[in-house]
Amino acid sequence: MNDPALILRDVRKRFSNGDKEILALDGVSIEVKPGSVTGLIGPDGAGKTTLMRLCCGLLQLDGGALEVLGMDAANEPAAVQAVIGYMPQRFGLYEDLSVQENLDLYADLQGVPLSAREARYARLMQMTGLAPFTRRLAGKLSGGMKQKLGLACALVRPPALLLLDEPTVGVDPVSRRELWQIVYSQVQEAGMSVLLSTAYLDEAERCDEVVLLHQGKVLGQAPPAAFSQEMQGRTWEVSSERVPVRRLQTTLARQPGIIDAIINGDRVHIITAPDFPPEAINLLPDTADLQIRAVPPRFEDAFIDRLGDTEDAIQATPEIRQVEKRETGGQPIEVENLERHFGSFIAVKKISFSVKQGEIFGLLGANGAGKTTTFRMLCGLLPVSSGKVSVAGHDLRSASARARGRIGYMAQKFSLYGNLTVTQNLRFFSAAYNLHGQAQKQRIHWALEGFELEPYADTNAGTLPLGYKQRLAFAAALMHEPEILFLDEPTSGVDPLARREFWARTNALAEAGVTVLVTTHFMEEADYCDHLVIMAEGTVLAAGTPHEIRAMARTLDHPEPSMEDAFITLIQQQEGGK
Amino acid sequence: MLKHILALALKEFLALLRDPRSRFVLIGPPIMQLIIFGYAASFDLDHVPVAIYNQDSGAGGRALVSRIEGSPHFEVVSHLDHDAQIPPLVDNKEVLLVLHIGPRFSAHLSQGGATALQVILDGRNSNTALLALNYLRSIVLDYNQHLATNQGQTGPPVKLSMRAWYNEDLDSHWFIIPGIVGLLTLVVTLVVTALSVAREREQGTFDQLLVTPLRPTAILVGKSIPGLVIGIVEATFIIVVAMLWFDIPLRGHVGALYLGLLLFLFSAVGMGLMISAISVTQQQAVLGAFLFLVPAVILSGFATPIANMPEAVQLLTYLDPLRYFLVIVRGVFLEGDGYALLMDQYWPMAIIGMVSLVAAGWLFRHRMY
Repeated sequence: MNDPALILRDVRKRFSNGDKEILALDGVSIEVKPGSVTGLIGPDGAGKTTLMRLCCGLLQLDGGALEVLGMDAANEPAAVQAVIGYMPQRFGLYEDLSVQENLDLYADLQGVPLSAREARYARLMQMTGLAPFTRRLAGKLSGGMKQKLGLACALVRPPALLLLDEPTVGVDPVSRRELWQIVYSQVQEAGMSVLLSTAYLDEAERCDEVVLLHQGKVLGQAPPAAFSQEMQGRTWEVSSERVPVRRLQTTLARQPGIIDAIINGDRVHIITAPDFPPEAINLLPDTADLQIRAVPPRFEDAFIDRLGDTEDAIQATPEIRQVEKRETGGQPIEVENLERHFGSFIAVKKISFSVKQGEIFGLLGANGAGKTTTFRMLCGLLPVSSGKVSVAGHDLRSASARARGRIGYMAQKFSLYGNLTVTQNLRFFSAAYNLHGQAQKQRIHWALEGFELEPYADTNAGTLPLGYKQRLAFAAALMHEPEILFLDEPTSGVDPLARREFWARTNALAEAGVTVLVTTHFMEEADYCDHLVIMAEGTVLAAGTPHEIRAMARTLDHPEPSMEDAFITLIQQQEGGK
Repeated sequence: MLKHILALALKEFLALLRDPRSRFVLIGPPIMQLIIFGYAASFDLDHVPVAIYNQDSGAGGRALVSRIEGSPHFEVVSHLDHDAQIPPLVDNKEVLLVLHIGPRFSAHLSQGGATALQVILDGRNSNTALLALNYLRSIVLDYNQHLATNQGQTGPPVKLSMRAWYNEDLDSHWFIIPGIVGLLTLVVTLVVTALSVAREREQGTFDQLLVTPLRPTAILVGKSIPGLVIGIVEATFIIVVAMLWFDIPLRGHVGALYLGLLLFLFSAVGMGLMISAISVTQQQAVLGAFLFLVPAVILSGFATPIANMPEAVQLLTYLDPLRYFLVIVRGVFLEGDGYALLMDQYWPMAIIGMVSLVAAGWLFRHRMY
C-alpha cells in the first residue's frame, strides 16, 4: 500500500468564456502519498477547485492522465466516486433538515449498512462535538458547526481518499483547529489519504506535504519545512521604539534589498534578498534605535519569495492623493448600543465603538459573527433594530445624498458592472458621485494611470484578471476622494501579493487622513489596523489596539501570542465566564 | 439630478446592449411572436374537414354537395356509403362535421315540399363546432334562395342584408394584430425593467448604487427610461409591420396612438420596477413578471371579450393596463379614433403607472435585505 493515492501527470484543463479561453490547469503533475495530508495552497483562481473536481471525475480532462487509487478518473468516474469522499467549498447540507437527518441522508446516499451506522454516528458526533445538537436544524448551526457537520457527512462512509475544498475558509479559529484535529484523527485511525485546499498560508505548516499552485501551474511540492528551509538566514524582525510600526513597514518595503516587509505584532517582519546583510545602517540610517534580530522563516516567506519571482514585481500602485482635515467635532464613525434582529435571531447584540479620523479600524470575526450585518448598517444598507449609528455625523440610512457623497464603499465580492468596460464603469461611478466635465476626465485619467489600468481601459470589467478587478473596484470607490472608506472583506481569497498591495494602498490612504473601516476574517491582518473590534456571535469579544488585544492573551509560557492565539484565549475566557 | 439620471440611463443601455444574451431577448422573441400571432392566431376557420353521407341520387343532393366542396371553409375528406362509418371518423377527429343527405332529398324537393338535412358535429370544442355550423348554415340558406328563385318564387319574405363596419371582410387578423402591439411591448418592457434591479441585486451592484449620492428617485427614473425607449421602438416596429406587411389600415391619429402607448409603457414600467424591487434574484423577477403577464393578457380582452366575464372578474380588469391600451390601439387602427374619444382610456393608465412607480420607490428603500 505504498502506491500514491492520487497521481496527476501533466494534467490540463481549459475553460472557454465566450471568445476567451482560460487555462485553469496548465501541465500539473503531483502525487498524493497514502496516509498523509497534502495541502493544496494557492490564491483564488489558482485552479484548486478545478483540480479537486477533476479528481472526482466531475470534469473532463483536456490532457494528461489522472489516477485515483489506481483507477483512471476519466474512464471510471463511478468507481472512483465510490471510494473517495469529497467536500466541496459550499457543502450541500440541507438547512431544513436536522443534524441527524442530514447524516441519515448521506448515509443512505453512500449506502452505509444500517448495522454499521450507530457506531459510526457516535464516533463522528464525538469527534465533531455535535452530539448535543443532533436534533437542531442544520440551518441554525454556526458557521464552524456547519462545516464540521459537512465534514462528518463526507466521512459517514470512511473513504480511502478524502478531498476537502477550502474547508476552513471563513471559519473561526477555534473551529478551524477542531477541523484539523478531525482530519488528522481520520488519517491516523483509518489510514486515510487527504488532499485539502486552502487559501490560509499558515495552515500549510499543518500539512505533511504542500503543493503550491499558482495560475494553474505547480510552483513546488515538498514538506512545508523544506520550503521554509530555503529561506534560512533571510528572515528578520525589525523594531523601533520611536518609529510607529506602520511607518516603519512602509519605509522598509521601499528599500531595494528587501523583498517583503509585513507587520507582525509590534515588529516588522522582513525578507531580504540573498546576500543582503540587514544592518541598521543599510536600512534606516537616521533611526538610531533600530533593532534587528533573525527569526526562523515561515512558510509564507517561501511562498512570497517564489511568487515574487514569477510575477513582475509591479507590486503596489501608489498614486497621488489629497489630504483633508476634518474641522468639526465628533468622531467620523460612532456606534452606540447597536442591535439588529432577524426575526427571533439576534445577529448583532448591543455593540458600541468609535473610529477616529485617519485610522484603520478593523472589524474582525469569523463568518456569521455579525460583522457584515454591522457593516451594512453602518453603510445605511440595512435598517438598525435599535441603537445609534453615526457616520460623518449622519445616519446614512436617512442621510441626504450629500452625506453619502463623503463615503466610499467597496463590497465583498466584485460588484461593478461586468459587461461594461473599465472606462465605462469609472465614468458611471464618477458621474454618480457628481463629477462632470473636466474634473471627471481628470479623475478617470488618475484612476487609469494610478492603478495601472490603462492597458485594460476598453476591456469588459468582468473579464479582468482577479487582481485588476480589485484595483478597479478600489478606483471606483475612490473616484470622489471620500473622507471615509468602507471595505468589506477586501482580502478574502486574494493572493498574498495582492493582499500586500491592498494593505500598502490602505496604509497610504490612512496616512493621508482618510478614515478606513475594514472587515476581515484573517486574524493576522489585525496587525495592520490601528484599532480593532473582534466580534463573535454578534457581540464584541475584544476591542483595542492590536497590541492591547494580544496583551490580553499573554501568559508566562506564551509570551508572544499571535492574534489567532489571542482570539482562542478570549473565546475560552468568555465561555469559562459563562 | 438630471445628470445622474442621464448617467444611469446610459449605463442601463450599455449594460443591456453589450450583453449578447439580453440583446437577443430584445430582438428574437418579438419577431418570433409576431410571426406566430400574425399567421397562426386567427378566429376564422378554413378547410374544416367534413364527411358527406349522401344517400340521395338526385340532382338536388349533388348540387348541395358541390356547393360545400366549392366553399373555402370546408374540405370534403370522405364520402360515406353507410352510417356505421360515421362514429370512427368523428371519434378520431378526422372530420369535424358529417352531413347526412337522406335518400328522398331530391324527390321531396322536386315535389315542392320541405325536407330535412342531418348534421353531426364534433362538440368537443364548442367554439369551432358553432363556427363550422354557421358556415354550413349560410351555404344552406344560399341554396334555399337559389331553389326558390328557380321555382319562380320570391323566397323567404325577410332577407338579412349584412354590412360590417370597420372590418368590412370580418377578417379576424384585423382584430388580433393591433392587439399584438400591446401584448408584445408589454412582455418586453416588463421583462426588461423587472430584470434591471433584480440583476443588480443578484450581482451585488445594487448596494454599490445605494451608497452613492444617487437619490432613489433618480435610480427609479434612470431605470425607467430604457424600458420606455425600448417599448416605443418595439411598438413602432410592430405597427409598421402591421401596416405594410399585414395590410391593416391605420385610420386614426398617430399622435393619439402614441400618447396611449406612452402612458401604457409608463404603467408597464411601473409594474416591472415593482416586481423588480420585490425580487431578490433574476429568477424571481422573471417568475414575477409572468405571474403578472398571464392574468394581464387574459383579463385584457385580447382574445375573449371582457363583457362575457363574470361581474367580479370584470371589475378586476380595470386594474389591467393592457385592457385600456387594447381599446386605444384597436380604436385608432380600425375606428380612426382621436384624442377626445380615448380620454377615458388614458387617465386610468396614468394612475396605474403613478401608483406602481411610487410603490416601487418605496420598496427600493424598504426592501433592502
